[in-house]
Amino acid sequence: MTKVLTDTRSIRIKGRSFLALVLSPEQPIDDWLLRLDDLAKRSAGFFLERPVVLDVADLEIDRKQLRHLIDELANRNVRIMGIEGGRPSLFEPGMPPAMKGGRPASDVEMPSPDASGAPAGGGDSTAASAKAEVPTVRAVPSIVIREPVRSGQSVIFPEGDVTVVGSVASGAEIIAGGSVHIYGTLRGRALAGSVGNAAARIFCRKLEAELLAIDGVYKTADDMAPNLRGQAVQLWLEGDSIMAERLM
Amino acid sequence: MAKVIVVTSGKGGVGKTTSTAALGAALAQRNEKTVVVDFDVGLRNLDLVMGAERRVVYDIVNVIQGDAKLPQALIRDKRLETLFLLPASQTRDKDALTPEGVERVMADLKRHFDWIICDSPAGIERGATLAMRHADVAVIVTNPEVSSVRDSDRIIGLLDSKTARAEIGERIEKHLLLTRYDAQRAERGDMLKVDDVLEILSIPLLGIVPESSDVLRASNLGSPVTLADARSAPALAYLDAARRLAGETVPITIPNEKRGILGKIFGRRAA
Repeated sequence: MTKVLTDTRSIRIKGRSFLALVLSPEQPIDDWLLRLDDLAKRSAGFFLERPVVLDVADLEIDRKQLRHLIDELANRNVRIMGIEGGRPSLFEPGMPPAMKGGRPASDVEMPSPDASGAPAGGGDSTAASAKAEVPTVRAVPSIVIREPVRSGQSVIFPEGDVTVVGSVASGAEIIAGGSVHIYGTLRGRALAGSVGNAAARIFCRKLEAELLAIDGVYKTADDMAPNLRGQAVQLWLEGDSIMAERLM
Repeated sequence: MAKVIVVTSGKGGVGKTTSTAALGAALAQRNEKTVVVDFDVGLRNLDLVMGAERRVVYDIVNVIQGDAKLPQALIRDKRLETLFLLPASQTRDKDALTPEGVERVMADLKRHFDWIICDSPAGIERGATLAMRHADVAVIVTNPEVSSVRDSDRIIGLLDSKTARAEIGERIEKHLLLTRYDAQRAERGDMLKVDDVLEILSIPLLGIVPESSDVLRASNLGSPVTLADARSAPALAYLDAARRLAGETVPITIPNEKRGILGKIFGRRAA
């Protein structure tokens, strides 16, 4: 019954972060919906085509009320892509998935009442100002871990580089948005460029890894050249293949 | 000042209960009041290894639920009057252990004993996390083979995050006890070598206990190996390990090493 895979191209799986609007309803819900209608009247289509996450952390509602809220929002053309801060008991099949681990971003500018009567061009400018972000030069973040990463632990840092001064055990994983640097033996998994960064690299003092991935392209221990085992190695991506070279 | 030791491993069958009994008896022989506590509710074994299975009336679950007082549940060893056992319940399961109940029992034990040695169940669930919760020192029992080493590594990670000490930002002292070691098989490559295990786990070594039929014989007699035959190779290893736990500096020896003379002392330092 074994299927033979003739196509050897690997499947790319990546993490990526998007900016979503987060709606935090307040109780009583009906009053809040009235205010939402008022906002929608001032700027038709504000929520159209935008990903919206519903934050229910501060709400004391049950599953039926949540279902009702989602339906009411759907009637107003607000499509919910995910629900944040909900207890597991709130969810039922068919609801948008639970989301967690969101990081705050800059507040989205609300359409001002003056813009309500403005022509279509004015509407565009509000949208543009909501999206505009002040470009600032920021240092690329990185974290340093000064102790061994034990089996079962995972270090996830989508913002940038991860440096481990110590070993990464079998069954442990490092997931970095940038490069991964291991000053020790890499026995577990290392995933560099996890949010889409083909320039990310993996460096380790001794390679015994179970799995390596850069920008979604991965290699298991079996696919690695045997002469690299136990060596100090750096790995990078060229096209769709992971390249490796011994470090002196 | 009482010291709480947890004997743990993640993997089952590596020698936690044997080591708990052997270390407990060795520490009690130093004339320090010692209690060995069985946390393996539902699959208790420490009472058998200690030879006290016919004297169990009350157990740790009874104490936690308030059905018995702690002194009623403690069983004094017949051979050593400084050695006590707090048995687990065989008819209940791990859910009978509550965090508050365990905390109360541990606080009570600390008032009466110098050493409290907790025999952890295998696994990483409730029983194991409650056994390690109040420990000052962890003895990680590991066999020289890859699955045991990886499970021990997992447990070390939990010791650094799930214990009461870790939660207030302190570190728990961790020691590696390598059991069932066979120098010849390690030399042939059938088993991991001491240095390989130390390199992977990177925690200090407490002792190396050789694979020996003396251990099984002592268990079947219902006696900690350090009491059954104090001159056997495993007993000597446990006695040395207990001295190291008590703070003495004892050089580590690799038992049965065929190179050079027997009991050759290596340059490795104890923890």
